[in-house]
Amino acid sequence: METAITILIDGLVFSSYLFLVSVGLTIIFGVMKILNVAHGSLYAWGAYTSAYLIGLWSDAGLGDGGTFLMIAVAAIVVGVILGLILERGLIQFMYARDEVITVLATFATFLILEDVILLVFGVNPYFAYQPMAYLDSVEIGGIQRDVYSLTLIAVAVVVGVSLWLGLTKTKWGKLLTAVIYDRELSIAMGINVTRVFIVTFVLGAVLGALGGAYVAPTVSVAPGFGVEVIVLSFAVVVIGGMGSIPGAIIGALTVGIARAIAVHQLPEVELFVVYGVMALVLVFRPEGLFAPAKARKI
Amino acid sequence: MNKTTMLRAAGIGLAAMVAASGSALAQNTVKVAVPAFLSGPAAGPFGVPARNGAEMVIDAINNGKLPAPYDSKGFAGATIEVDFIDESGGNTKQVAEYRNLVQKRGMNVIIGYISSGSCAALAPVVDELKTLTVFAVCGTPRVFEEAKRQYVFRTMSHATADNVAAAHYVKDMFPDVKSYTGVNQNYAWGQDSWRDFDLSMQQLMPSTKASDKLQFPKIFAGQYGSEISALSLDKSDLIHSSFWDGDLEGFIFQATARGLFKQKKVVFTVGGTAAYRLGKKMPDGLILGARGPYGILVRDRKTALNEWFINTYKDRYGTYPSGPAYQYGQAVLATKIAYDKAAKAAGGFPSQDQVMAALKGLEFESFSTTVKMALGDGHQAVTENVYGITNWNADDAEPGVRDVKFYPAECIMPPAGATSEDWIKGGMKGAKC
Repeated sequence: METAITILIDGLVFSSYLFLVSVGLTIIFGVMKILNVAHGSLYAWGAYTSAYLIGLWSDAGLGDGGTFLMIAVAAIVVGVILGLILERGLIQFMYARDEVITVLATFATFLILEDVILLVFGVNPYFAYQPMAYLDSVEIGGIQRDVYSLTLIAVAVVVGVSLWLGLTKTKWGKLLTAVIYDRELSIAMGINVTRVFIVTFVLGAVLGALGGAYVAPTVSVAPGFGVEVIVLSFAVVVIGGMGSIPGAIIGALTVGIARAIAVHQLPEVELFVVYGVMALVLVFRPEGLFAPAKARKI
Repeated sequence: MNKTTMLRAAGIGLAAMVAASGSALAQNTVKVAVPAFLSGPAAGPFGVPARNGAEMVIDAINNGKLPAPYDSKGFAGATIEVDFIDESGGNTKQVAEYRNLVQKRGMNVIIGYISSGSCAALAPVVDELKTLTVFAVCGTPRVFEEAKRQYVFRTMSHATADNVAAAHYVKDMFPDVKSYTGVNQNYAWGQDSWRDFDLSMQQLMPSTKASDKLQFPKIFAGQYGSEISALSLDKSDLIHSSFWDGDLEGFIFQATARGLFKQKKVVFTVGGTAAYRLGKKMPDGLILGARGPYGILVRDRKTALNEWFINTYKDRYGTYPSGPAYQYGQAVLATKIAYDKAAKAAGGFPSQDQVMAALKGLEFESFSTTVKMALGDGHQAVTENVYGITNWNADDAEPGVRDVKFYPAECIMPPAGATSEDWIKGGMKGAKC
């Protein structure tokens, strides 16, 4: 029983992390049909900025409770600034181009941003342990758990519910849905699609940065931080279906739980389990679990 | 002699002078490439101190400022021209970069490499391109155990020493340990390290039992929540880990927050690199190795060479030197000694073959220990190894270690001609502990 509870909690924590880092990617793809490889850089910039601000806050002796504010500030500042720069400086020129060109352009951006991180933050890792230390640990299922990692589940739920409410219950969400279904018809109906694209991209960028900013206190924030996450994010959105938010939830849960089971029961296959699940899903549902197959307009 | 012939003769003479001057220049300088991780997760804990250690020793050699008996200038009098190269990017990139260094950029010597993956991939390429290459840090025993190498040298012990010494330390300090498990990165380094530790424990503490739930997460995974849960639930009372780079520091943070180090004894074979970087955040009570007698584990060793190394490094870079700084400095020093010895024997600037002959089987005093090029037909070094237990020094507000124990090279490395695995499985015959 202890093992089952542990697997469930480990799976939920890791799923929450995966959902946070992949939902921005899937939103941008769903609305804009842009596969943003630079998403990993937004994650890394969020993490670095968060670690840096937490360090500043802590050094100023302002109390570790306030470091949570720094996480939010880092996510918003990085997401808005980098999101706007990327969308206005690069992505807007990609709308009429082939998707492969977009992937190459965002990949190039990813490499540039990785090097800019080295220039700005240097090669030494950043440690921002204060929020994790502030929340201490608790015993669940016979083992100690740091409360901070558990809060990741709550953050993921808040983000997921907010997105669902925003998309289904607000005027802005309806506009977004209209653009997702038919961009040309939306333009014909007077929707400012350019503005929708900008807002969507910035929202996706903030979510990517939030993933990094929230994870920063649990890891050593080091160069190359964004590489691993982009691979995992792609696996999650491919499993769930590109552009589908419920798909991102299910994809994250599938990968997270499968990985936790592997680590506890069959550690030898842990390395392959994420990609094994992805391959299995693609065999039976090439478009992913939640994306409906549809004909492409020419 | 007509005018045309005179011009031709003058031209040939000029060309000969240029060629001669070029040759003279080649003897005035030695072009050295030093690869280390300068970006990526291994840069901060490993690549930067490694680079700094090499840079400091090279500058001292060029200026004749190393302590005696190494206070002559340069490599056999030739100034070292150094180029620091980034080791990150994977094995394929490193092989391409190595070819570039040798074939296009004309490097005379390559000194460095941290990752076992880099060294395993490069060893056959080095012999193909026939350029002296001194591996400084990488640990996989396979480099010299799977093939005979001609142009490759390694100036520190390989991973077997780390793990056999770790098992000895556990036996000496914690004889009550009943069972053990491991969390190691899933590639050559992590797998070799676990294999050697497990086999050593079977020999040295046969009543102990290894867990069947070993953790081998991907290198640079960063998040270890599930692994820490699995280790917490495991009944083993000791955990072995060869984690290094940012993975090591991330794991220590995450495991500390979850109380793992209060619950289990943990031996980190490369933990020394984290001690100075984490400072007070490094938990007390961890069993710490540094891949040999380097870094925090030899900070109190009072020899002229060691004191010079520590003081010069601290003055220059503002921190104590960790293992990689020592290990890269040691590789540079070994190369200098080989050049100087070969020059003395040759009566002039030595050829590459003469330098390699001098390096083969060399025994020398390095900054913190004695190095013997005793294995791999004189190409693989052996040194003593050391373990201790982390203990924050509140008086000096510095990280420290207690219960430090040294193990001689003859106790923890296989004899010449034997492979690590066979030697350990065979009961470590001939070990002198």
